[in-house]
Amino acid sequence: MEPIYLDNASTTPTAPEVLAAMKPYFTDTFGNASSVHAFGRESKEAVEEAREKVADLIGADEPREIIFTSGGTEADNLAIKGIAMQNREQGKHIITSAIEHHAVLHPCEYLEEYHGFEVTSIPVDEEGLVNPLDVAEAVRDDTVLISIMLANNEVGTIQPIAEIGKIAQQKGICFHTDAVQAVGSIPVDVNELNVDLLSLSGHKFNAPKGIGALYIRKGTRIVPFMHGGAQERGKRASTENVPSIVGMGKAAEIVKNELKEKQEKLTRLRDKLIEGIEERIDEVQLNGHRNKRLPNNVNISIRYIEGESLLLNLDLKGIAASSGSACTSGSLDPSHVLLAMGISHEIAHGSLRLTLGKYNTEAEVEHVLDVLPKIVEKLRAMSPIYNQKEA
Amino acid sequence: MEEVYLDNSATTKVKDKVIETMMKPMKEVYGNPSSLHSMGIEAEKLLKKARRKVAKAIRADAEEIIFTSGGTEANNLAIKGTINTLQRYGNHLITTKIEHSSTLHPLQDLEKEGWEVTFLDVDEKGILDLEQLAEVISEDTILVSIMQVNNEVGSIQPIKEVEKIVQDYQDSGLYLHIDAVQALDKLEINLSNSSIDLLSMSGHKIHGPKGSGALYIADGTRLKSLITGGGQEFGYRAGTENVAGYVGFGEAVKLATTEVEADVEQMQKLKEELAAGIKDGLEGVQINGPEVTAGVPHILNVSFQGVKGEVLVHALEAENIYVSTGSACSSKDSKSHVLAAMGLEQKAMEGAIRFSLSSFTSKEEISYTVEKLKEIVPRLRQITG
Ligand SMILES: Cc1ncc(COP(=O)(O)O)c(C=O)c1O
Ligand SMILES: Cc1ncc(COP(=O)(O)O)c(C=O)c1O
Repeated sequence: MEPIYLDNASTTPTAPEVLAAMKPYFTDTFGNASSVHAFGRESKEAVEEAREKVADLIGADEPREIIFTSGGTEADNLAIKGIAMQNREQGKHIITSAIEHHAVLHPCEYLEEYHGFEVTSIPVDEEGLVNPLDVAEAVRDDTVLISIMLANNEVGTIQPIAEIGKIAQQKGICFHTDAVQAVGSIPVDVNELNVDLLSLSGHKFNAPKGIGALYIRKGTRIVPFMHGGAQERGKRASTENVPSIVGMGKAAEIVKNELKEKQEKLTRLRDKLIEGIEERIDEVQLNGHRNKRLPNNVNISIRYIEGESLLLNLDLKGIAASSGSACTSGSLDPSHVLLAMGISHEIAHGSLRLTLGKYNTEAEVEHVLDVLPKIVEKLRAMSPIYNQKEA
Repeated sequence: MEEVYLDNSATTKVKDKVIETMMKPMKEVYGNPSSLHSMGIEAEKLLKKARRKVAKAIRADAEEIIFTSGGTEANNLAIKGTINTLQRYGNHLITTKIEHSSTLHPLQDLEKEGWEVTFLDVDEKGILDLEQLAEVISEDTILVSIMQVNNEVGSIQPIKEVEKIVQDYQDSGLYLHIDAVQALDKLEINLSNSSIDLLSMSGHKIHGPKGSGALYIADGTRLKSLITGGGQEFGYRAGTENVAGYVGFGEAVKLATTEVEADVEQMQKLKEELAAGIKDGLEGVQINGPEVTAGVPHILNVSFQGVKGEVLVHALEAENIYVSTGSACSSKDSKSHVLAAMGLEQKAMEGAIRFSLSSFTSKEEISYTVEKLKEIVPRLRQITG
């Protein structure tokens, strides 16, 4: 059997159509999009066309509300630091949640440490949900930014962003959502969500790594943090990464057209995986919300087993999975997301994340459901705690 | 004649060999380098190999190479990162008047925030004033940021002499940052036994992909990161790595530095031919910046008296020749801060054109360009005169 890639929340393969769309921009239309001559103008046109496609994917009113960045992390950094620095005269209070990606958490910590901001972290319930009322209650006179993610990268929980957005709107506070995991998996519309800023990343929906975007609603003022040339309307300096921008545009166009179908397929495969695992392995626990959940995310804790050894064994069988978010999977600390959901260290350590993508098939899912219980059985047979319990 | 692309300082065509290396991470090894499974480990290996290629070319250790999204980010990271770590050692920063906007703008912002910034003068050849540097540097200086090669006129700064002056102050908390974006594949860079702490590079200027670059951070240099989040790039730069871009960049650096001598010789010869052709064939022209034999091999900046630069750019474009008036990023505002700092007269500045060559540039292209200039420039002068 070919290797089975079930780590699409970490990153996805670049779609062949996307790669094909990018190729001419390396060697034929390779101009600098800021150059005034024909080489430059052609590149510029390609960039603007991609901007329209990305705007279209997230329902932005105008393409100019899209600023291309080097990825989701930079988009989050730009949003958080940019809005905070823009409004620091008005106040220095930020509201975020306990389960954000580090690309949001660390910029918040930076603002606390270097610029005297205060950050309120909203807790989540055991299914990973933020309560909008908690956000409303946390708002102060000096709150200048609320940043809550649309969908969590580890457990896939989808937050009530539209409701939180309404609260932010009523109070006149800038609202950012990290939609890196959501875009390409579920419908995302900046107007329905009532957001002022929204981060997305290409490599999560079959565009290349190293390209992303920040949606900035018209009229929202922001301090850039990459200074230099006047690219991206002065909001993000540096020579435009034309091929990757084109690739992201193409991926946006494709996913917009196939979203409904993709969502249905992934939901079906996801539920088959979850139900199959619950049926075939005892003492497992689904992490996150059963329905308010990304169609591609399975996160399950298997008791008496170390997530890491499970990963290694799956890998040996040609199955790529993850135990948490890729960026922190090198560390031995249990995931801050699972801990925030009140899950014990022990259970958190046994968590397994399987995330589906557009290329996964029913047959692959069945294969995993065949292999996984055997590996679990083998590992549990070696586990002293499990044996004690059995005895 | 096919398109004659003489705007290689703005950006370059990606080499086929570079694209070939980028296909593997895009098509097969598409894992996230931080992932623990084989697909991730393989991606991490590709990244490591690319890092080694860059390190080898500039004689650094692989751990000293931090990949970034380009030259702009490398410069921003170097400057702002230094500010955040060294601020308790002083509040004085030194740079030159002719830096790229990705160095100038961060420093101008810092000046507004209350930092003391010295913008060193340059002479008419675009070379910084070493005496002035020696005069203004003090225990209070925490950063000296100098570009190795200027992107508009091709002047090469005396980095070795700068190092000598700076060395005495490095113990009291000072980092030396070099923007080597335009130098990387044209001059030899050897960072073993150098006083350089930070050095910026960019892929798309050396036939690598856009959106890739690196900052060399000498072992032991402490730098606060600009983009924070995951722990990628040894904690200096968060964000899922642009594996294909970095692999392509690594290959471009390797190709550039192994082929450097032959390419540089050819470019230098063609640049001299271009300069000679223009000077012999036209009156009222002036070469801006260093002597034709002295600057980098790929940049020639020329003022054509009585002609507006933009008009000439468009007239040349009509003949399939692509050049620029100056830096691409500022090509919309007509005044060049570089030429102004070199003391050019207004008229000469208005008529300035930058020709920038690459290893793809041919002798025929240069002769064709000279021929066309000889037709166009007198015609334009007639119209305006
Ligand atoms: C929720 C979330 N935000 C931000 C990021 C960072 O995006 P990127 O990898 O493009 O830097 C990721 C993925 O790594 C993510 O899952
Ligand atoms: C000298 C110099 N430094 C920095 C840069 C910025 O590099 P990048 O375009 O990769 O952001 C450029 C080119 O634009 C340059 O010429």
